Amino acid sequence: MPNFDPATLDYVLLAPQFIVTGLIFVCLTLDLMVSGRGHRFIGWVAILGLGIGIGAQASLWGVRSSFAGVLRVDDYSNLFNIIFMAAGMGVVFLSFDYAERFFTQPGEFYAFLVAGVLGMGLMAQAQELLTAYIALELLSFSSYVLVSYAKTNLKSNEAGLKYIILGSFSSAILLYGVSLLFGAVGSTMFTDIRTALGTSVATSAVAQIALLMITAGLAFKVAAVPFHMYSPDVYEGAPTPITAYLSVASKAAGFALTMRFVVMALWPVRGPVSDVIAFLAVLTMTLGNVVALRQTNIKRLMAYSSIAQAGYALIGVAAFFAAGEIAEQASRGVILQLIGYLFTTLAAFGGIIAFQVVADGRENISDLAGLSRRSPFAAFAIMSALFSLAGMPIFSGFMTKLFLFAPVARAGLLWLVAIAVLNSTISLYYYLQVLRVMYSESPAGVTALNASAVAAIKAAAIHYEVPVLVGAAVAPGSGHASDSHGTAHGSRGAEAHTEVAPSPVGPWWRRRLTDGMEPELRFPIDPISVELGIGITLALAGIFALGLYPAPFVDLAYDASMALFAK
Amino acid sequence: MGYLSTMTLAPFIAALIIMLIPSQRPGLTRAVALVASVISFGLSLVVFAGYDWHRAGFQFREAYQWLPDYGITISLGVDGISAPLIILNAVVLLTGTIVSFKIADRPKEFYALFLVSVAGVFGVFASLDLFILFLTYDIAGLPMYPLIVIWGSTRKNYAALKLTLMHVSGSLFIWVGMIAIYVQAGAKSFDLEYLASQAHSLLTPGFQTIFFPVIFIGFGFLAAMWPLHTWSPDGHGAAPTAVSMVAAGVLMKLGAYGCIRVGVWLLPEGAMVWSPVFVTLGTIGAVYGGVMAIAQRDFKFVIAHSSVSHMGYVIVGISTMSLVGLNGAVLQMVSHGLMTALFFAMIGAMYDQAHTREVGIFGGLAKNMPWYTGFFTIACLASLGLPGLSGFVPELLIFLGAFQTYPMVGILCVATVALAATYMLRLVARAFFGPLSPRWASLHDLLPNEWFVGAFLVMTLIIVGVYPTPFLDMINASAAPVIERVGGIR
Repeated sequence: MPNFDPATLDYVLLAPQFIVTGLIFVCLTLDLMVSGRGHRFIGWVAILGLGIGIGAQASLWGVRSSFAGVLRVDDYSNLFNIIFMAAGMGVVFLSFDYAERFFTQPGEFYAFLVAGVLGMGLMAQAQELLTAYIALELLSFSSYVLVSYAKTNLKSNEAGLKYIILGSFSSAILLYGVSLLFGAVGSTMFTDIRTALGTSVATSAVAQIALLMITAGLAFKVAAVPFHMYSPDVYEGAPTPITAYLSVASKAAGFALTMRFVVMALWPVRGPVSDVIAFLAVLTMTLGNVVALRQTNIKRLMAYSSIAQAGYALIGVAAFFAAGEIAEQASRGVILQLIGYLFTTLAAFGGIIAFQVVADGRENISDLAGLSRRSPFAAFAIMSALFSLAGMPIFSGFMTKLFLFAPVARAGLLWLVAIAVLNSTISLYYYLQVLRVMYSESPAGVTALNASAVAAIKAAAIHYEVPVLVGAAVAPGSGHASDSHGTAHGSRGAEAHTEVAPSPVGPWWRRRLTDGMEPELRFPIDPISVELGIGITLALAGIFALGLYPAPFVDLAYDASMALFAK
Repeated sequence: MGYLSTMTLAPFIAALIIMLIPSQRPGLTRAVALVASVISFGLSLVVFAGYDWHRAGFQFREAYQWLPDYGITISLGVDGISAPLIILNAVVLLTGTIVSFKIADRPKEFYALFLVSVAGVFGVFASLDLFILFLTYDIAGLPMYPLIVIWGSTRKNYAALKLTLMHVSGSLFIWVGMIAIYVQAGAKSFDLEYLASQAHSLLTPGFQTIFFPVIFIGFGFLAAMWPLHTWSPDGHGAAPTAVSMVAAGVLMKLGAYGCIRVGVWLLPEGAMVWSPVFVTLGTIGAVYGGVMAIAQRDFKFVIAHSSVSHMGYVIVGISTMSLVGLNGAVLQMVSHGLMTALFFAMIGAMYDQAHTREVGIFGGLAKNMPWYTGFFTIACLASLGLPGLSGFVPELLIFLGAFQTYPMVGILCVATVALAATYMLRLVARAFFGPLSPRWASLHDLLPNEWFVGAFLVMTLIIVGVYPTPFLDMINASAAPVIERVGGIR
């Protein structure tokens, strides 16, 4: 550890983190003062605080410095901190209604959420293993609480228990790896590890086992196969906003730390590390997508899809071995993939939450039937998000594919690109099933407002068809067929006059074009709260911005990747 | 904003506007869609009229900075190959919009998706940047899924899923091929002209031999090249009228256009190596489609299989690597697009009344549906290549091209025309002539909007058939350099 004198440290560098820390206590204190719907006020305070944090972090843009040698403040950590705070804001927006509907103690919830954001930010800044570990634990502990926050829900409790057991197990492995590495290298600073790995230490058994363990610990955090086992259960049981939070923010934090660690510490051994990561990437995306094909629960489906998405990001990390400009471009690709995934996940879960708060928390895909008729906006959000996840154009997913594939192919890994595209084709299959249910089926358990009128027209159309069927069965042109034809006409006319707006009688060219066509069924529209609406709108705006005009995002990621690879 | 960008963006912007219109105002939705399609159609006419027929190279160029870090520019322009296809797309957009006035279920969503798809098609034909071309190519195919699932008929879920997955499988190949070309050419730019300039330097013959089939197969999915055509009968069969018109009339052409623009143009040496393989696949498609069409009992399936057959001609024309054949292939795309649009518009008009499309149960419709019979028969005649209608010249050119390079293929293709005559004439004879069944006595003739669409498309078929010179001149001027690069027969 470098010697440092508290008086000479530049505390301004950590101003955003101090703001977020303060916000945790503000939220906790406010929880004691408000009751009932007052938790909405705490939510808005959290959003405001995180917004100030983002502003503070943005004002540090361009700084390249370190805090006491353990926390690095540069554009890489700045960008990730902004991403995490934005993710936190997004999740808070999604939480208002859900918390009110399903939590007994909604106030503290926001405090834990903000604590997780702080932990993630520190993970992106850490350049020392113990600091990284503590930051990761701050995130993990707040996540354990958040996953089991729906106290009365058995599934949520089960998920929390699973998460805490497996999570602490993986933390232990990570910590064990850290201590072994300390034994081999004599330091926990990333730069010292890098120097040591340049020597014969790299081939020692202790160092190799240590690196393996650290890799496993980080792979658990990003839910890479084969360390993904916990995630479907945890994602399914967790309160839905927390599922979004885990699948995007905590994964992104894992990537932030991994990339920093690979570049700053493991650089001398990046070749073998990249091979391992390429292997994990193939396993992760393939398993995630193939298992997702069979899911019937929307949250579980999103969990597997999230595993697959992490696999796509991993192929970018695998291209780091190529070094130089290609590695920079690859890190840019990973960062942009994570940004795109942030917007996409928030939009998807925003839609799902909008559905769940009115549908009593149901979460089967079949329950989404006719969502497009009941809440068109939520259905549109889910549709956009799913198309984006499948990498379809005008949504962010199409562009992030380019950002990932170009450097990976330049690194000579075209086969990895091919596997990734094949996977996105597979994924489209299960996304389309969800779309079909939402758009093509009718809502169950509700009657359309204009049901009787539509039924009348439909009946007329069926009568119209009857002679065809009868005629095909009996002799063509028989008297019977033409009789029933005649009555069909009569009944159509009668119904048209009683139930539907009277259709004009006269020659064919006087008819309205839509006569006889099946009209639109109108259903009562479910309301969406302002906060949820804002959250979904922002997420959708992000999806389309990245999909249609990605240049500004690319510039941000460019600065970040330059900082990551700076000496 | 130039002509091409306005033409492409008009439907897209209209789609955005339509999404903001309350669903209680379907009339306004239709009006906005109509205005946008008229604007696009008008601009496509301006482009076509202002195009210098005899000059090769790209005209009406525009360029906008988009993503400089990856060498992507929104660069637009048309040449003699894309200009006729832009007209085709504009015609299908206009007629599709008008024929869909009848849609009463969720017209707002229908028009938004329909216009987005057509805007994507314009984008493909107008882009000179490989990435933008591919982006718009996927935009064009994406709305097909909701369009078929929500407004389709028979086996719509299956058909929509199949169409989309096969389209995306094609994209899979294109992704890999596109990224490989980009990286091989120095990872500097997606600009098509830059990439084409590398065809004899950075893009080595070995590279081209590996990646030409990747690109060709990728676009071949949407071009309904045998054996990748299976989405087409199901997809066309299940889609609502206007969507069938777009899917068969234009989407298939996107695939064939990609084969020419990205495949043959960028990778000429690979094209020469693989020419026999794809000529064979094209021929099989032409014959297979014709035979299958004879066996079909559903109007839409007859036309869909005949489309596979006609697109087989196009693949043959492209792969003969002769100038005559390529000219024929491009003109065939235009002609086939117009005639299938007419076919599906007419079939849709019938289905809306009769709620069935089975060929055998109709008869004698000429008596109470004279206009309908006339339009449908003209489409059939165009399809079987009657001189004076649009189908004759391109098929003749393709056969000439085939005889120049692969005489056997030429013979088979000519024989396929006999198949076309069989299934088309049988269709006409069964449905429209003979005694009128009393069951169908109440069927009325075309509604005004359908009549307009039919008459308009018939007019275009006749124009292309009687006076193909402007089309042929401009196609020839731009196809000649392509064939020259390949080293094919001029």
